[in-house]
This record gives sequence, C-alpha cells and structure tokens, in this order.
Amino acid sequence: MATTGALNQDALTPPSRGESFVRRFRADEELAYLVTLTAAAAVFLITALVWYELFAQSSLSRHKFGWGFLFTSTWDPIAGTFGALPFIYGTVVTSALALLIAVPQGLGAAIFLAEMAPPRISNALTFLIELLAAVPSVIYGLLGIFILVPILQKSVVPALKAVLGELPIFQGAFYGVSTFSAGIVLSVMILPFIVSVSREVLLSVPRDQREASLALGASQWQTTWRVVVPNASSGIMGSIFLALARALGETMAVTMVIGNTPQIKASLLAPGYSIAAVIANEFTEATGDLYLSALIELGLVLFGVTFVLNGLARILILTTSRGGAHS
Amino acid sequence: MRTSDWGKDLVNQIMIGITGLCTLLTVGTLIFILGYLVYHGSAALSWSFFTQLPAPVGETGGGMANAIVGSGKVLLLATLIGIPIGFLGGVYLSEYGGKTFSFVVRYMTDLLNGVPSIVIGIVVYALVVHPMGHFSTFAGGVALGVMMIPISVRSTEEFLHAVPQSLREAALALGAPKWKAIVSVVIPAAMRGIISGTMLDLARVAGETAPLLFTALSNQFWSPGWNQPTATLPVMIFTYAIAPYDDWHRQAWAAGFVLLALVLSINIIARLALSRGTYVPKS
Amino acid sequence: MKSLFDLRGKVAARNRFMALGVALLGLAGIATAALSLTGAGATFPYPMYSKWFNEYHKMHPDTEINYQSIGSGGGIKQVTEGTVDFGASDGPMNDQQIAEFKQKRGCDVLHFPTVLGADVPVYNLPGVTATLNFTPEALAGIFLGKITKWNDPEIQKPNPSVKLPNNDLVVVHRSDGSGTTYVWVDYLSKVSPAWKQKVGVGTSVNWPVGLGGKGNEGVSGQVKQTEYSIGYVELVYAIQNKFPYGNVRNQSGVFVKADLASVTAAAAASPNMPDDFRVSITNAPGKNSYPIASFTWLLVPSKIRDPAKKQAIVDFLHWMIGPGQKFTEALAYAQLPKQVAGQEEKAVSKIQ
Repeated sequence: MATTGALNQDALTPPSRGESFVRRFRADEELAYLVTLTAAAAVFLITALVWYELFAQSSLSRHKFGWGFLFTSTWDPIAGTFGALPFIYGTVVTSALALLIAVPQGLGAAIFLAEMAPPRISNALTFLIELLAAVPSVIYGLLGIFILVPILQKSVVPALKAVLGELPIFQGAFYGVSTFSAGIVLSVMILPFIVSVSREVLLSVPRDQREASLALGASQWQTTWRVVVPNASSGIMGSIFLALARALGETMAVTMVIGNTPQIKASLLAPGYSIAAVIANEFTEATGDLYLSALIELGLVLFGVTFVLNGLARILILTTSRGGAHS
Repeated sequence: MRTSDWGKDLVNQIMIGITGLCTLLTVGTLIFILGYLVYHGSAALSWSFFTQLPAPVGETGGGMANAIVGSGKVLLLATLIGIPIGFLGGVYLSEYGGKTFSFVVRYMTDLLNGVPSIVIGIVVYALVVHPMGHFSTFAGGVALGVMMIPISVRSTEEFLHAVPQSLREAALALGAPKWKAIVSVVIPAAMRGIISGTMLDLARVAGETAPLLFTALSNQFWSPGWNQPTATLPVMIFTYAIAPYDDWHRQAWAAGFVLLALVLSINIIARLALSRGTYVPKS
Repeated sequence: MKSLFDLRGKVAARNRFMALGVALLGLAGIATAALSLTGAGATFPYPMYSKWFNEYHKMHPDTEINYQSIGSGGGIKQVTEGTVDFGASDGPMNDQQIAEFKQKRGCDVLHFPTVLGADVPVYNLPGVTATLNFTPEALAGIFLGKITKWNDPEIQKPNPSVKLPNNDLVVVHRSDGSGTTYVWVDYLSKVSPAWKQKVGVGTSVNWPVGLGGKGNEGVSGQVKQTEYSIGYVELVYAIQNKFPYGNVRNQSGVFVKADLASVTAAAAASPNMPDDFRVSITNAPGKNSYPIASFTWLLVPSKIRDPAKKQAIVDFLHWMIGPGQKFTEALAYAQLPKQVAGQEEKAVSKIQ
C-alpha cells in the first residue's frame, strides 16, 4: 500500500553541505509546504463556507416552520406558507423510477462487460458508456423535450395504459411532461455510473473465487451470479447510492420534462416537481426574505441527503475494493 | 446429470444474451443521442450561428457568437480558479499531509463534490453576486471553478500516489530537498494523468447550466470584461429549448451539437491519453 | 555531475504558462468603451424590450442595455437586491415590496409605464381553429379546476357553432413569478369571488390545477406541445406563434378580441393615472374594452449613483416615451395614452 510521499526528510538530507545551503533549501521547503497547505485549507474552508451559507440563509424558514417543513405540502408564496413535501416526493419518485430502470439494465451490462465479454471489446464498450456520463444535463433535457416526450405521448404511454391502465400509478391523463418522463430521462443519465462503477467492483473480485467455482463445475453464469456478484455486492450497492445521489441533484433535464407542478399524485403520469427544479425556477424571483429562505432550506435538505448517500456509497465501495474475499 | 448440464448451459446462454442486450441498449442509447444531435444540430449550423449576436425576440436569424465566447471566458476563469487550488491541494494530500488533517480535507473534498450544482449557484449568488451588486462573468467563473476543485484534488492525489515510491527515494538520495523532488520528479511522472484529469474536469463543468442561471445570468450583447452578465452556451440551450419559437429550437439544436462536440472531444482525447494509465475519475 | 534537477526549464515553462494565462485573462477582460446596463424582469413585454434595446443600440452604439426576461417576480426581486440597474414588471409593486425596496436600497422605486398589452387565453384544440368565446365564469372555473372538460356548458354556451370535444382540459400556468400571472389573477379576482377567496392575487400563486411553464415563452411552448391545453400568455406570443386565442366577455357583456383598439379602449376607460403610475385596468368598463389588459412598467431606482448610467437611463426613458412608441404597434402592443406619456415625461426628472 503506497504511503504518502511524506518521507522523513532528516533521514535523507545529505550531511556534508554548508549551513547556509541547508537553511536556504529549508526556506523553500517551508514555502512549498505552506503553499500546498494553503490550498488544502482553502478546499476545507470553501466547503465549510457552503454549509454555513446554506444554514445561515435558511434560518428564517427553519425557525418559522421547524421540522414540519419536511412534511407540509402547501407551497403558497402569497400566504407565506412553504412546505417541502411535494418537492421531496417528486425528487424521490423520479429517482426511484430512474433506479428501477437503470439498476437492472446497468448491472446486466456491468456483468456482461466484466465477466463475459472479451477484454478488448469490454474496454471499448466501457469507454463508450463512460462517454454517456459526459453528456451535459441540458442536452438530455433538450432530447427529453423534443424526442422522448413525443414518443411517450404517441406510443409508449398509450401502450402502457392499455396493458397496465388499472394500476393507480398509470391513471389519469398524460400530457407529456410528467414524473414518468423525468424518471426515464434520469435513468439514462445515471446508467453510465452504475455500469462503470459496478464493472470495476466486479473486476476487483479476486480471480481465485471464480476459478474455484468453475473448477467445481459451475457455468459462467452460475459463477457470476452466485459467487462474484455476492462478493461485490457492497460495491454494487455503493454504485447505486452514487447514482442515486447524482439523480437527486439533477436540475436541468428534470425541470425541462417534469411539468413543474407542486403536487403529490399517485399517478406517475401526472406532472410533478423536484427540489432542484423548483430552486432553478423560483430562486431569482423569490420576493420576500421568507420565500428565499424556504428555497435555500430546500437546497439544504437536498445537500444533506446527497451528502449522506455519497458517504455511504464511498464506504460501501471501499469495503469491496479492499477485497471482499471470504474464505 | 446430463439434463442438469443442459439446463445449466441453456441458462448460461440466455443470461449471456440478456446481459449482452443490456449492454447493447446502453451503448445504443449513446449512439442514438449522438446521432440525433449530429443530424439535427449540424443541419442547423450556419456561419451566422458562430458570428452573429441573437436577434430580437420573435425575429429569425441571428446566432450565438456571444454565448460561445462567454462560455470560453467563464471556463477559462473556472480553470484558473479551480485547477491551482485543486492541484496544490492534491499535492499536499499526496506528499505532505499529516494523517488527521488529510483525512478531514479528503472528507471535505468529497462533500464539496457531492454538492448539487444548483446549490453551488445559490451560494455563489449570496457570496459574490449580491455583494458585488450585479451578475457577472466573474461570478459564473467562481461557481464553475468551485465545482472543478474536488475532482482536481482527487485526481491529482491519485496520480501522484501512483508514482512509485522508488522515484521519490532516488531523488532524495541524490540530495534533492523534498520540494525539488516533488516538482522535478514526482509531478512530471504523473503529469499525463494530471492533465487528462484536468481536461475531464473541464469537460464536466463545460456543460453545467444551473449554477450559471444565478451568477452569469445572460446577455444578448457582447459582454466586455468580467463584470457584466454573459451569455453562455448551456443557458442559451435551456432558454431557447423551452420557448415556442421554431427558429430558437433550431438554434438550440445547433448549440447542443457544438457543446456536445466540445465536451465529447475533450473527453475522448483525455481518456485515450489515460487509457495507458490506471485511474480514471468517475464523477 | 549532470544535474537531474534542472529546475530552470520547469520554472521557465511554468512562468510562460502563467504569463499566457494572465494575457488571456487580460485580453478577455479588455473592456470596450460601451456602457453596459442590465435590466431584468417581465416576459410580458420581452419582445418589445428586445426590439427597443436592439434599435436603441443601433442608434447609440456606445450604450448596451441587456434585458433578461426572468419574470416580473425576478425583476422586482433583483432590482430590490440591487443586482440589476432596473427591473420590469407587469404587476406593480405592492406597498410591502416598495417598503422593502426603500429599506434595502435607501431610495424610492419609480414605476414607468412603457406599453399596453393584454393577456389572452390560448388553446391547443386539435380540429378547432375557430376563435372561442370565454365568459369570466368559464375562465375562473377552468383555472380553479372546477371546469374540467372542454364541452362543459359554461364553455360551450357562448360557442354554439363549435363542436367542443369531450376531452379533459389541460391548464398551463406560469411556474415562475410573473406579472402576466398578476394581470390574469387580478382579473379573475375581480370577476370571481371564489377565486379571490381561494387563491388571491400575486405574481406567484398557489395554482389549484395545471402544468407550469417558465416565462411566457415556456407557457407558449407547453401549450404548443400539449393537445387540449389552455394557457394565458401575452398577446404578442399568441400572434408570433400563430396560436388561436379566445375572445373574453367584458363588463358590458361584449365578447372582445384583444387587439390594439380594445386594449387602448381599456386604458382610456380606466380611472385616471395616479402619480406613481400604479394602476390596474383589468375588467375595464366600456363596450369596446378588452377586460384583461394591462400597463407594464420599468422599475427604476429614484437615486442612481453612477452618473453615466443615470444619464443613459434618463435618455432611454425619454426616447421610449417619445420616438420609441412607434415600434409598439408592429408587435401588437398599444402605445401609451398621450396623457400618460405627458405625465411620465415629467416624472423622469424624479430620477436623481
């Protein structure tokens, strides 16, 4: 395991130089140390500042509404009543839908790329899939408005309603912009993260695990499904959390296809709203300090949730990469 | 025995097929996205798109010359803010760091990386736009620069880590002070990775829209200097896409094509340069 | 011994890089001689302002007035925060907002009417291109969510010759803080006690039903994409996008189409313009008046510290009240009534 480069200076300074020479070098040494330390401290400070600003600017709203903010569903700027529930609901539902679509697909692709495809094809395809992660959100939004939504309106949703129309999640009229559309766009956006991280996690499972299983007569798939994947399961969970954290914070693509309506409906076909989308739409015009404070409190909620998820994700991924080998 | 073999093999084949299908779907989505944008976007490109300012609302014609330049300026500033801090911070973590402080800094870096971009926009509005009294290219650059820092730190640290310890020891054994060893030996050894990481970082923030909404706002004219609001490609795409004017839609496709071409080229070049290396930043 | 640590090359390279960075920064930062003003706010008059500022720039190449349509709510907010030089709104600031402005900026905010416009009900009804008639009760009922089908009697009655379908109505409203909304709900509050009680008046309201679009542009875009939808937009957006838009019944019982004549009539029939120019002309009396018409205002601080900016704004205002008015009709905005224009000319001198 590589240590940091921080070797013991004293042990390795050549002894026979003059005093002033050593002192001169030491001076520059201090400078280099200080410069990099300042940069590291700057990172620390900037992050702390972000947290602080969010807390400070949302204090009006936090004091007025308390924890009830998270459970109230009225968003009424005129009456001065603000509740986060419709946005939390929309954020959760779109992200959950995105995961529902992206996880099986992404995991399937990761398994194929890690276990079944020949290495060169695997690397080439992974390269392409990682490029998907580089596509900006606003372009997904563009494609969402002009391609996905019309396709959903003309073909997919009518078919869905014909088959599954009884279910409450597919009730009601469909106007194109909806929680459903946002969920689908999000699923495409988080796919590359799931594929890429899961693939790496699967690849890091030690070879002997596979070889032992194959030696016992298991097929490729049996080995993968019953040995490799369970070994990598915490890392895969980590990739899911990472993808989820990414989905929760998505702004542009969501606001372009979700319908921007703060309501809580059982049906996925109804328009909805997400935390990031409402901030984007209403921030520059929130007249009144309470209104602004409520929006910033929403930002705080979002940040808090993504923070927890990211932390869990890191822990899970690390426990796998360190070697999930059990004997 | 033979039947269970047969069942096992069948399942095996089916699952290979299914997982292969998943992969195909995923890759296929990328190809579809690229293809559509190339098709629509390149048809919409014209000389005027690159050279003219936007026309008044409702009139056809005009272009996004100011948005292209604006994006360039904001990204330049973001790089000048984000990369030095990120790079030097990464050097600290890799070469100098004490245990506890390094842990805290890494933790905070991860925290910063996880901040949704819209929240960064809010904070920079409160800290830069509001005190300055106007929206500006500068504020946009600060917002994107802050977003560049965490990836730069992580990527620099990882690439420096990957440099073998023996190189450092050799330099020190030859009488170099530590800082010289780092600057002349360790960093150059990691340079290809660091530059690639920087390029990927840049490509990632190039497409960000949300933080710019509250910092750089937009502008239908040229934006001289750093103190004025400025048009940027992603914000123009957003504004034009949600509007009803067909000509604006056409221009949104063109801008989308240009933005995607830019982002993907940087990504491809950087990743190809890295593919002989090991660590590729994920997010 | 050959030095392995030739730093000079590295330092030189680093210096060159930094120099290049600074040079680029400087180049990009070269300010031209242009004076730049930033305004933000209403999307209602955006086509007009966009045209005006473009024309004004052609006439005065050294002055650039950058206007961003972020919604009237945004205009009020940003001018109060001082992040823009002037705001724009079709809903005049209320007393509380004016007090907040005074408290934050230390001076008064002046309202300058610019043009007259109208909110029209636009709809996307496949197969129906006729102009529909809407009663106040119909509009209130639709936006309250009480009327849900197109062939509801309240909508069908005034349109006997049109076969309205049995489809559900899709309501589209603004997702952002909007003066266009203000005008619309101001009208609905006047004609529907139920609306006034349940929802009220403001730039951002708690909509009982509907999809949200950002800006007049977003609402137009949404209506265009969504069949069986109905929304409200400023007249020019309906015209530029060739949307069918309905007639609205005014106080005198006449179904009036929004156009220059009916909007001008509404302004003429309205109460006299107060000194601060804040007035509502919705539901105006008179048989030719269009009931959902409104002035739209520029919001200018009464004290502007930068003398160049102050002069630029004053000059622009004089031009706008005078020669600028000739551009309005091509975009279907009505000109300022002569009397109002006269009052405004004098008010410009209030800017210190």
